[in-house]
Amino acid sequence: MSGENLQELRANISWRKLLDAIFAIIGLLTILVAIITLLALIIRLAVDGTPRLSWQFFTSFPGRDPEEAGILSAWVGTSLVMLVTLVAAVPLGVASGIYLEEYAPKNWLSALIEVNVTNLAGVPSIIYGLLALGLFAEQLKLGESILTAGLTLALLVLPVVIVTTRESLRAIPNSIREAAYALGTTKWQMIWDHTLPYSMSGILTGVIIALARAIGETAPLITIGALTFIAFLPEPPIKSQFPFISFEWLQAPFTVMPIQMFNWVSRPEPEFQFNAAAAGVILIVMTLVMNGIAIYLRYRFRRGIKW
Amino acid sequence: MQQQTETLKNVSISPKLVRDLRERVIEFLLFLAAFSSVATTIAIIVLLVYESVEFFGKVSLKEFLTDTQWSPLFADAHYGILPLVSGTLVTTTIALLVSVPMGTITAMYLSEFANPRLREVVKPFLELLAGIPTVVYGYFALLFVTPLLQTVLPDLPGFNMLSAGLVMGIMILPLVSSISEDAMRSVPLHIREGSYAMGATRLQTAWRVVYPSAISGIFAAYILGISRAVGETMIVAIAAGLQPNLTWNPMDEAATITAYIVQVSLGDLPYGSLEYQTIFAAGLTLVLMTLVFNIIGYFLSKRYREIY
Amino acid sequence: MVESNNKLQTLQPKAKVEQLNFYYGSTHVLKDVNMVVAKNVVTALIGPSGCGKTTLLRCFNRLHDLYPGNRYEGSILLDSAPTNILSRKVDPIELRMRIGMVFQRPNPFPKSIYENVAYGLRVRGISKQSIIDERVEQALQDAALWDEVKDRLKDMAFNLSGGQQQRLCIARALATNPELILFDEPTSALDPNATSSIEQLIGQLKQQVTILIVTHSMQQAARISDYTAFMYLGELVEFGATQSVFSSPKQERTADYVFGHIG
Repeated sequence: MSGENLQELRANISWRKLLDAIFAIIGLLTILVAIITLLALIIRLAVDGTPRLSWQFFTSFPGRDPEEAGILSAWVGTSLVMLVTLVAAVPLGVASGIYLEEYAPKNWLSALIEVNVTNLAGVPSIIYGLLALGLFAEQLKLGESILTAGLTLALLVLPVVIVTTRESLRAIPNSIREAAYALGTTKWQMIWDHTLPYSMSGILTGVIIALARAIGETAPLITIGALTFIAFLPEPPIKSQFPFISFEWLQAPFTVMPIQMFNWVSRPEPEFQFNAAAAGVILIVMTLVMNGIAIYLRYRFRRGIKW
Repeated sequence: MQQQTETLKNVSISPKLVRDLRERVIEFLLFLAAFSSVATTIAIIVLLVYESVEFFGKVSLKEFLTDTQWSPLFADAHYGILPLVSGTLVTTTIALLVSVPMGTITAMYLSEFANPRLREVVKPFLELLAGIPTVVYGYFALLFVTPLLQTVLPDLPGFNMLSAGLVMGIMILPLVSSISEDAMRSVPLHIREGSYAMGATRLQTAWRVVYPSAISGIFAAYILGISRAVGETMIVAIAAGLQPNLTWNPMDEAATITAYIVQVSLGDLPYGSLEYQTIFAAGLTLVLMTLVFNIIGYFLSKRYREIY
Repeated sequence: MVESNNKLQTLQPKAKVEQLNFYYGSTHVLKDVNMVVAKNVVTALIGPSGCGKTTLLRCFNRLHDLYPGNRYEGSILLDSAPTNILSRKVDPIELRMRIGMVFQRPNPFPKSIYENVAYGLRVRGISKQSIIDERVEQALQDAALWDEVKDRLKDMAFNLSGGQQQRLCIARALATNPELILFDEPTSALDPNATSSIEQLIGQLKQQVTILIVTHSMQQAARISDYTAFMYLGELVEFGATQSVFSSPKQERTADYVFGHIG
C-alpha cells in the first residue's frame, strides 16, 4: 500500500468514524428528549395535582365546587368495571390462546382467526366503543352500564391476553408435552396439569399489562355513555341480607377515573384543572405500579425457569 | 343380585368414550373462544355498515364527500366529512414527523450502538412512555406544551393541532422504536459481520445493511404507528379542540373524526336518530382510512424489498 | 519441522504470529500460538471442534473486537512492518480494509449482485461510477462468476444458488484488492459441485492474494493447501508443508487426528 493511498485511506476512515460518533450523539439526544418529555409530564402533573390529594378527595363525589369535588364515584366505577373486564377477558383470552397454540390445525380457518387477532389489536379503541354502543347497549339491551363497559374493555384488551398466552405456551419446550403424553394423559389433561401452570407467570404478566391498558381507556367508555357527572355509587355487590351477593351494580350508570379527569380538564376554571391533575397523578401511579409489576414478573420469569 | 350387577357391568359406558367426548367438548369450547375474535370483527363491520347505510339513506354520499362543513347538530346542518378528515390527517402527519424519525433513530441506536446495560436502563422508560393514559397526555398537551409553544409562537391559539400532534408523536415513539428495534436485532449476526469485515463503521453497517434487512419489520412498525395516530382520541379531543374546521394549518383549532365521536357521545344520542348514525358513518370513515394506510404501507414495503 | 522451515524461509512471509494468546472472558482459548503465513500460498488451519482454529482466524481481522470481553496477548505482524496489528494503536477498520473475509454461510447483503460487490468500494467513499463498474467486473471475473451474472447484475443476490452466493461473497472481498483473504469453512454449507468450484477458485486466487483457510475437512486441506497448521485444544500442535503433515506428521496428536484416531 503506497504512502499516498494510506493517507487518503486514513482520512476517509477518520471522516467515517466522525459521522459514526455524531450519530451516536444524535441517538442519545433523541432518547434524552423522550425521557425528558416523560419527566416533564410526570413532574408537571405531580406539581399541579399532589396538593389536592387527600382523604377528602378520595371520599367525595364530584360537584360544582372544585375544592369539595372528589373522585369517589370515579375510582369505585373503575374498580367495578375492571372487575368485569377481568372476569370476561381472562377466560376468553386464555382459552383462545390455548386453542390457537395447542389445538388449531394449520388450515385457512386458523389463519383467519390469527389474522383477526392481529387486526383487532390495531383497531382504534373508539371503534370498540361504537361496537359496544350498537351491540351491547342497544341490541342486547344491556344499556349504559358497568356490564357494558366491562365487556367493551374486555374485547379491547383481548388481543393482548391472547398474544401473551400464546407466547407463554410457546416458550414451553415440546419435551415436556411429550413426557406428559408418554404417561398416558389426554391432551386437555396435559394442558391443564402441565403447560398451563408453567405458563402462568407469563399469562399473569399479560393480564396485568392488559389491565393497565384498560384502566386508562377513556374514549370507548364515553361512547357507550359513561356519564361524566355521577354523584352516587352503584349498589354494592355484597349485601348484608340474603342472598348476600347482588348483581344490580352491573346495570348501574357509572363513571371512571379517566373520564372524570377529562371532565375536569375540560372546565375553564383552573381549580378544576388541579383536580384533573390529581386524578392524573393517581392514574400515572397506577400505570407505573402495574407496569412495574409486569416488568418485574417478566424479568423473573425469564431468569427463573431455565429450560 | 349377582346376576344384576353383572348385567349392569356389561351395560356401562366405556370410560374411553366419556374421556373422548369430554376432550372434544373442551376443544369445541376453546374453538368458540378463539372464534370470538372473528365474530368481533364481523360484528364491527356489520354494525358500521348497517348504521352507515341508514345514514346514507338520509344524507347523500356526494354531500358527505364534498361539503366543506361538518355541523350535524346545528339547525343548519351540514354533513361534509372533509373537516374531520383534514383534522385527522394534519394531526397524524405531525405525529408521524415526530415518531418515525425519532423512533427509527432510537431503534438503530439501541440495536447497533448501545451497550446492553444502557438498553436495559432505557427500555423501561420507553415502556412507561407508552403506558401513560392518553387523557394524561391530553392534559400535558393542553396545559404545558401549548403554553410552551406560545412563547415562541405568540399567535398560537389555546386549542391547536400542533400541540396535539407533537404529544401524539411522543406517545407513539416507543411503539415505532420497539418494533423496529426487534426487527433490527433479529437480523442474523453473520450478515452484520460480513459488513464489519469489509471495514464498515457501525453507522454504515446499521444504515446500509441492517436497516434494509429489517425493512419489512420496520415498515410494520410505521404502519402500526399510523394506525395508532389516526385512531387516537383523547389527546386531540382535549388539546386540539372540538370544532370541526377544514384547514391544513397545524396552528389552527380543529376536530378529528375521533374527537367528533366523543363530543357527540357526551350528549344525548337517541337510538336511530340521524345524530346517532353520524358517529357510525364517521367510524366507518376512520376504519376505511386505517385500511387505506395499511394497504399503502404494505405495497410500499413490497417495493422497498425489491429495490434492496 | 526443520525441512519445512527451510522451504518456508525461501518464501516471503505475509504474516507472523508470535506468542499469540486469546482470552474470552476468563477462558484461555488460544495458547502460545506461533505461526508464519507465507505470501501467495494457501495455508490451512485444521483440527477437531473447539480447537480454536476459527478463533485464530478471526484474530487476523480483529473481528473479536466487536464483542465485549475479548482480550489478545502477543502479536501478529503483517509483511515486514514492525507494528502488531493486535495492539490498540492499530485501527481495526483500517485492518479490515486490507484483509478480506469469506464466511461459513454465504452472507450476501439484501442488495443486488452489483451492489454487493460494490459495497466495499462504496463504504470507503469511492463514488465514481466508472471506477466501480470496472472493479465490480474485475472482481466477478476473478471469482469466476462474471459470465453467469453479467446480464443480471441488478438482480437480488438472494436469487443466486448457494455456490453462486459464496462466489459472490468472494468477489465482494476481492473488489477491494485485499492482501490477505480469510476463509472460514467456506464450503461447509455447500453441495459437492459448488464445493469443488470454490476449491478450484481458491487455487487460482492464491497467485494474486494470500489465503488463510479454516477447514473442518482434512481432505479439503490436503486438496487445496500448500501449508497446514494442526490445532488442538487451543494450541498449535504442528505446522508444515501439507504433504508432510499428512503423510509423516511429527507429533503424535497430529498423527492421531490425521489418521482418524481422534476427531
